[in-house]
Amino acid sequence: MNELQRYGRVFLTFARNSLVRDMTFRANFVLQCVSSLGWTAMNVGFYLIIFEHTTSIGQDTGWDRDRFFLFIATTWFINSLVQAFFMPNAQEFSEMIRTGGLDFALLKPIDTQFLISFRKVDWSQLSNFFAGGLIAVVSLWNLAHREVDPMIPSALTVALYVLFLICGVMIMYSLMIALSATSVWLGRNQSLYNFWFYITNFSRYPMEIYNHGWGRPLFGLFTFVIPILLVVNVPARILAKPLSPRADWEWALVAWAAVVTVLSLLASRWLFRKSLLSYRSASS
Amino acid sequence: MSAAPAATVDYPPLPAPNFRQRVAVWSMILKTSLGERLVYRGDFALGTLMRFMPIITQIFLWYAVYDSIGAAEGDNPAEIGGFRFRDMVAYYLLTMIARAFSSMPGLASGIAQQIRDGEVKRYLIQPIDLVTFLLLTRVAHKLAYYVIAVAPFALVFFLARDYFVDGWPSLPVFLAFCASLIMGFLIGFFLEAAIGMIGFWFLEVSSLLFVIMLFSFFLSGHMFPLTMLPEEFLWFVNFLPFKYLAYFPAAIFLGKIPEDQLAMEMWIEVAWLVFFIILCRVAYARGVKRYSGFGG
Repeated sequence: MNELQRYGRVFLTFARNSLVRDMTFRANFVLQCVSSLGWTAMNVGFYLIIFEHTTSIGQDTGWDRDRFFLFIATTWFINSLVQAFFMPNAQEFSEMIRTGGLDFALLKPIDTQFLISFRKVDWSQLSNFFAGGLIAVVSLWNLAHREVDPMIPSALTVALYVLFLICGVMIMYSLMIALSATSVWLGRNQSLYNFWFYITNFSRYPMEIYNHGWGRPLFGLFTFVIPILLVVNVPARILAKPLSPRADWEWALVAWAAVVTVLSLLASRWLFRKSLLSYRSASS
Repeated sequence: MSAAPAATVDYPPLPAPNFRQRVAVWSMILKTSLGERLVYRGDFALGTLMRFMPIITQIFLWYAVYDSIGAAEGDNPAEIGGFRFRDMVAYYLLTMIARAFSSMPGLASGIAQQIRDGEVKRYLIQPIDLVTFLLLTRVAHKLAYYVIAVAPFALVFFLARDYFVDGWPSLPVFLAFCASLIMGFLIGFFLEAAIGMIGFWFLEVSSLLFVIMLFSFFLSGHMFPLTMLPEEFLWFVNFLPFKYLAYFPAAIFLGKIPEDQLAMEMWIEVAWLVFFIILCRVAYARGVKRYSGFGG
């Protein structure tokens, strides 16, 4: 059988097992969905309150209410995918290193990074994917039906949006794998989730807001070194088109995001393998 | 007849502990919990510093918002809900202090769990009161937290000193701020403890807890100053006790509560505190009556 198909089937088995597990504790599953959605609703409420007082985020940036909510929807898409597919696995990886359970993963006749990355799926987190979908539909509808300069994205725009959404997820994945691989050296990485939360916090808003004063070093750091500013900004800019006509630097940004996706995947792969070489089992 | 065998002698009940013995018990609880907390101090200090990081994003977000409605800084800065840009940053920093007092991680769920798995029996047998015990452990945990957190807090506030445009408030206002922090702690404690007591009636309270936590997060002013809310919600939210957990102390410090109303507002907070203490006590007394424990 073709190698790729084999991995695909293994992944489907993982996904099915997780779903079976989730459905065993159905009330808990529903509760987790409701709590994620509650958190989303609260954030939406916060942004609605902000837009009670202003018409856009930043002067002349073009992020008005509907476009900004398209941005938020993009954040929600990416975060829900990452949290559904990768977050539970990254947490378990740190735990496996601590307990020595990684031994068993290393023995399996399959790529270790694949096994570590896809073993569990947290289906309840996908509820936020649908919340993001709802936000996106409402803002696209508003954008298409507004009286001043209505906007309907072209098919090419949507295709590019989906492509760079996936790129965004891959950048996030690389960062997460790199972070959890460090637990090989640190022994224990309990604050992984906290650190992850603090870092990705920067990706949640349009990148222009960092582009003044002491935000510039942060802007540079999070665009070129740890490229999390690109994760949401690039697809969101493609779809929401805050600047009309588009500026040249926007295309440069898109190209850079494509390069960064490849680079970060390679770098995280390298770091992961490096960390496995330093792994000393924890069993007695 | 000779005296009854020793085994059947009915011992008189122990005398109620006098005040000195009570204090001895309290200080022992405090000391144990303090020791427990100080074990992981390095991790703790770093974690506290990290907790300020989300504020950085908030600062830039608000700068962009103020920038688009007028001037964020300068002689004639724009205002939202009575807050200028610099006030807004100061506000977020101050709510961190307020939350350091009023947040009670795991208190309600802990009580509910002790009720569920029967550990609450301990407090019915031993001469220790559940609520007093929990309050003292919380005080100890908070004290230990402040001992370690004071350094990162001082560092951040020093770096951000320019955002406090009006400088230190007057002495009475500052005292009111301190009082509101302490009452914030007590309100946070008794509110959560009262919620935890629901465990006497329902076995599973985690979903209810989550909903309350969500409301408290949103309505305490942790995400934004409550004065930003539209008028039609504001009066109602102002009436709720959640604001004492974050918004109220910060607003006092920044002078957003007019000084002639301050005393009245403080008395309202005292009234809420008394209400929650009574609520918590009544719920516990009623709950214990319903409670039945089996086995050892």
